[in-house]
Formats: sequence, structure tokens, C-alpha cells
Amino acid sequence: MFKDHAKIINAISAAGEIAGRKKLQKIIYIAKKLSFPFQEKFTFHFYGPYSEELTLRIEELCNMGYLNEVKEKKAGYYQYCYSITGPGEDFLSMHDLDMPALKNCLLDMNGQNARFLELVSTVLYFDTLEKEEVAEKIFTLKSKQKYTHEEIDEAYEYIRQLREKAAADQPNIQG
Amino acid sequence: MGYSAEKLSEEKVFKDPVHRYVHVRDRVIWDLIGTREFQRLRRIRQLGTTFLTFHGAEHSRLNHSLGVYEIVRRIIDDFFAGRPEWDGQERLLSLCAALLHDLGHGPFSHSFEKVFDLDHEHFTRQIILGDTEVNRVLSKVDTLFPKMVAEVIAKTYENKLVVSLISSQIDADRMDYLQRDAYFTGVSYGHFDMERILRVMRPREDQVVIKHSGMHAVEDYIMSRYQMYWQVYFHPVTRSAEVILTKILHRAKRLYESGYQFKHEPRHFYSLFAGDVSLEDYLKMDESMMLYYFQMWEEESDPILSDLCDRFVNRKLFKYTEFHPSNDQMNKLMELNSLFKKAGIDPEYYLVVDSSSDLPYDFYRPGEEEERLPIHLLKNNGDIRELSRESEIVDAISGKRRTDHKLYFPEDLLREGPSKRNIKRQIRKLLELE
Repeated sequence: MFKDHAKIINAISAAGEIAGRKKLQKIIYIAKKLSFPFQEKFTFHFYGPYSEELTLRIEELCNMGYLNEVKEKKAGYYQYCYSITGPGEDFLSMHDLDMPALKNCLLDMNGQNARFLELVSTVLYFDTLEKEEVAEKIFTLKSKQKYTHEEIDEAYEYIRQLREKAAADQPNIQG
Repeated sequence: MGYSAEKLSEEKVFKDPVHRYVHVRDRVIWDLIGTREFQRLRRIRQLGTTFLTFHGAEHSRLNHSLGVYEIVRRIIDDFFAGRPEWDGQERLLSLCAALLHDLGHGPFSHSFEKVFDLDHEHFTRQIILGDTEVNRVLSKVDTLFPKMVAEVIAKTYENKLVVSLISSQIDADRMDYLQRDAYFTGVSYGHFDMERILRVMRPREDQVVIKHSGMHAVEDYIMSRYQMYWQVYFHPVTRSAEVILTKILHRAKRLYESGYQFKHEPRHFYSLFAGDVSLEDYLKMDESMMLYYFQMWEEESDPILSDLCDRFVNRKLFKYTEFHPSNDQMNKLMELNSLFKKAGIDPEYYLVVDSSSDLPYDFYRPGEEEERLPIHLLKNNGDIRELSRESEIVDAISGKRRTDHKLYFPEDLLREGPSKRNIKRQIRKLLELE
């Protein structure tokens, strides 16, 4: 019961603390695309892959007292930071979700900024297209972000590294 | 004259209870309506299990798709045509995307997608781009045309004005389903002045904006949407049916995986159970077929599958109680879980928390969740203002998510039978049934 909730707590616990709702959304989406078993459904919103289900789940976990949400004032906007609470740790201990490869990927992603993760998640969203087409999509759909060819190359390289990390402990995931 | 510009010799009309008539003059649209993939939508209800609560809600996704097409056609032909901000070349693309936007929906798609880890948007794309009648019609326009239609529906098309016609906080999709669902369920909410909204819509570079004088009609639309979500879409009885449906599919899948010998073999489900469903198999799935299996499975020897199917087919739904997720409530849930097991009632199938959540209107938050494009009003001096900055009513509900959690259980099983009476009494007490 509540296994999908436990997976999200596990991810936040493994990452330590995740600063920003956008960052959290993109991290879970990327992890899902790396074949980690997250069930939340993502669709392409105006600014990239986004999951209403994940938003709802996070809200529930905060209500349950398993996640801590702190609203921080940034320059011109508010940012929400998420971390696991004591009862959250107790709840997590009732589920067997040990995924060392996931932890490594999450720690790595959490060290990246939200802008870059937005680019990485968009590249993954269009993973059935050729690289040139993906770049074209990014320049058109995310023109305001002003991503460069170099950043897109970095995103591809980053995805390759993440896939290697994800495959390290999970032979069924292609590196 | 090319196929894309070809018109029927006489305009065709479909009688429609919401829009009175749906008008078709374009050959491409007429041909798309006649494809087997579009006709399949007749066999998928627009509101899934809602017919078990509101008996009129038997309308199909085909009805709705025609309605969305008609609204977009009116916006373009009656209000956008000739305006410099509107590119007339996008007309046919917009109409096709409106007509086909729900093409990939499966039977009772909410539960169906959850259990089998499917995504109707993926299948919409597959149907449009794959070896289908729809693809053959679209390809006659241009070899790249199917891809463009799929991109508009997936919200990844470069012209966001076209995308916003069918996917935004005030789009043809919502305007049709609110009115259509209100009509067929028979509720009095869901009505708003669409004519007024259509008349004040103006095309801009990235989205449709609304003339400021139409603000009150938009307020009415947002409030009507709010009412429909809580009075119809999230109705607790409908959710009870949805819970049972989900559990039927889970149980059937579990039995298949454990090698159970079905009396009535679920051949149409095999590729779904195996997680490897082809487009051909997917297109065979509809609600008539699902209901047929549910009737057959009432006779299965597995008591859980048989009971759940009986409940769904004969509307013996689960009862519910309010559930507010908190640490205390979670502890109570764990206790109930353990008591259900002791009572011989499998909690995996008979004790379910269901959550519904809706955000009636959202505005732009810089740097954070900029996922929804807000509604913009066009002032007389040409300035653009975000709706909630101008409307106090909308401001009052903006960005405020409302969530509802319920705990579902079969009250009849907790009251009947001579066995485990003490345990059942404890459960009833915890559920505050006595």
C-alpha cells in the first residue's frame, strides 16, 4: 500500500534535499526515462515534461507529514525545498526499495541546476527523434531559454553518463 | 485543386445536442470521420464509469471529438479568418488536430492506463503516424502532414497559437466537454456563455487572448469548470466504480501471471498482461469488449475476480469514508489493513485510498511551476493582463489546489457471515460504521 508514494520519498531521501518544484519534476522524469520504476504520468506542457500526478503525490506526502516543504524567497520568486521527515523515514523503512544505482543518479542530478535538467528532460522527451531534429525542437519550443548547441551536446553526454550509472547495478537497463 | 483544399459538393451536418449542428465541408475531415480508428471512439464513453452515477452519461468520445472540431472550426472560420495574426494555412491542421485529439484513448482509460502502464497520448501518435486509415487520409494532404497533426496534439508544434486552441486553460476541448458532460449527466452546472467567449477571442502570436469586455463570461466558464470537477468528475460513487474496475484489471493480470486457468480465456488481454501491446491489439480494445469479459469473469472460480466483476456489472459498489492523509490516519490504515487480513478479506483489493485533485485556474509563477499558460485579457489600449490580476473572483481561486481523499471498502462483507464477527466489528468501529 502506498508503494508509489514510498518511491518518491525514497528518491528525495536519496537525493538529500531537492530545491525547487521544477527540479523535482525533472529529476523524477529523467529517472523514469532511465527505466527506474516511477509510475507518475508525464505529458509535455508548455515548458517541458510535467506530471500532475507527481504534484498531487508530493502534496499528499507533505500532508501525511512524511515530507517537509520549505518555501524560500529567491530573487523575484519563491522556491520550495523538499526533504524527508522522521515519520517519513519510518514509513520508508516499511518498504524494501533499495536501489543503489538510483541513488547515484539522483545525487548526480541534484548537483545540476534546474535549467540544465529542463534541457536534459526535453532531450529525453524527444528521444525518438534524430539529434538535429531534437535541437531544432529545443530552439523552437524553448526559444526563451536560449540554449546553445554546446549545451545540447552536454545534455546528450550527460544522459550517456547517467545511463551508465543506472546500468551499473541493474543489468536489465541498457547502458 | 489539391486534396487539402477539396470541399464536399454539399455541406454535411451532424445533429448535435450541444452545438445543434456540426458542419463539415472539408473532404479531409469527412474522410477522417469515416475511418475505422475514429469510429472506434463510438465504443468508448467520454466519462468512463460516470454512467454508474449519472445514468445519462453514456455519450462517447466520438461525440466529444466532433464537438471540439466544431468549436475550433467556428473560432477559425467565424472569428479568426482574415485577421493578420492568424495564418490561414494552419486552418486544416487545426481542424484535424481538434477532431483527432482523443483518438488514442482506450476503454475506461483512467484505470486501463494505470494498470497496464499505458499512455493514450502515445497511442494517439501511433494511430496518426502508423499503418492506419487515419494516416492514409492525412498523408494524402502531404507526407509531413500526419507528423504535424501529431505535434499539435502533443503540444510540441512550433505555432503555439494553434496548440492553444485545443490545449490551454480556455480551449475548445474544455469548452466542449464541460457543456456536453453537463448535458448528458443532466446536472445544472457546466453551463456558460460560449457564444460570448468565442466572440471575444483574439489570435496573438503565442496564444488566444480574450477581449477584456468578455471577462465575466470567462469567470463564469472557470466557475462552471470548478463545479463540474467536484460535482461530476470527482463524484465519490464514480470513483468507487473506478476503484473496483482498477482492481478487476489488477486481479486478472495477477491471475494470468500466476498461471491461473481462466474458464473464459482473456485472449484480448494477453499482450496487455505481457506489457507488449501492439497498435493492432490496442485498437481492438473497447468498452463493449471489456464489459463482455467482466460478465464472463463473474463465473470464474477465483472468488476475488468473480466478486469484483459482479460488483461492477451489477453496481454493488464499495462504500467510502473521508480520509485525510496524516500520520495518525496512516497508522489507522495500517491497523485496518491488518484487521482485513485477519477477517479473510484481502486488503489489496478491498481497502483502497483514492485521491482526486484539481487546480481550477493557475497563473504564471516565475522560476517555478511555469507549466500552465494563463488566460490573458486584451485591454482596449492593447495591453495584455493576466486574468487573475483583473478578476477578483478568479483571483480568489487561482493557484489553489483542492484535493479530496476517500477510503473505499465493501461494507456488505464487513456485516455478513457468522465468521470473524469480532474482527469485523472492530473494523466497523474503526471505520465509524457503528
